[in-house]
Amino acid sequence: MVQYLRTGLDASFAALSDATRRGVLEQLGRADASLTDLAEKFHMTLTGMKKHVGVLEQAGLVTTQKVGRVRTCKLGLRRLTEEAAWLERYRQLWNARFDELDKVIEELKRKEKVDGRKKRE
Amino acid sequence: MDARRESEPPPNENRTTVERKSERELVVTRTFNAPARIVFEAWTKPELLKRWWVPKSMGLSLLCCEMDVRVGGRYRFEFAHEAAPGPVAFFGRYLEVIPHSRLVWTNDETDGGSVTTVTFEENAGKTLLVVHELYPSKEALDANGGMESAMPETFAQLDELLVTLGRGGS
Repeated sequence: MVQYLRTGLDASFAALSDATRRGVLEQLGRADASLTDLAEKFHMTLTGMKKHVGVLEQAGLVTTQKVGRVRTCKLGLRRLTEEAAWLERYRQLWNARFDELDKVIEELKRKEKVDGRKKRE
Repeated sequence: MDARRESEPPPNENRTTVERKSERELVVTRTFNAPARIVFEAWTKPELLKRWWVPKSMGLSLLCCEMDVRVGGRYRFEFAHEAAPGPVAFFGRYLEVIPHSRLVWTNDETDGGSVTTVTFEENAGKTLLVVHELYPSKEALDANGGMESAMPETFAQLDELLVTLGRGGS
């Protein structure tokens, strides 16, 4: 299960490592677009854009559908959600740690205050 | 300081943020309501660190925690879990120790171990803490970094969890 998840995440992070592909995701976040639209917007050949979209599709970040001669691209939300969940779990671990750390710190602060008082007395 | 605040510390509403800064880097931040010297103390004294490093929800117990906090000094943590055959150790070396300001250490238990840098930045009596983990490769981060957060109920494979547990720190 972990291996499965990892493979998916690998693909996602690889897909997100490229500025054009991040731009495409942003663009698709605003509205669906055809491959031709995207190629124009990013000043690329259709073939170049096809490759980028292919990588995003493989990672599950984008889905495409061909109707007639037009291939429309839209966000594939599942993978983004999974990735956000991955980071969120990581955050929760640290947050749990830091909540405990807060308690230790409060105790140290109290102790310092008491010690400080003793010194002044 | 009024009496109420002394007897009952206000809840800390500072938020923990996590960001994947790049393919090889994870960054965690949090502000603490205390001067840097106090936060630093809680990171560098074993008897204090062992009280917060392993959240109770992980169901792990810390068997031993040795820290020689000085440049070149070593640390070693050992954990136990009822489902694990024996204790699992995490260890490494401190590369930089600047009191109240900066700690850098290695995580040597695996080949893809990260280098962890923790900075303590004091401002108006509060401390901004930044934990920065740099992995040797993207693959190492994917394999180790995020999986630390895997709770047993989420990923049944305990060994995976244990292997990654010491990441980031110790």
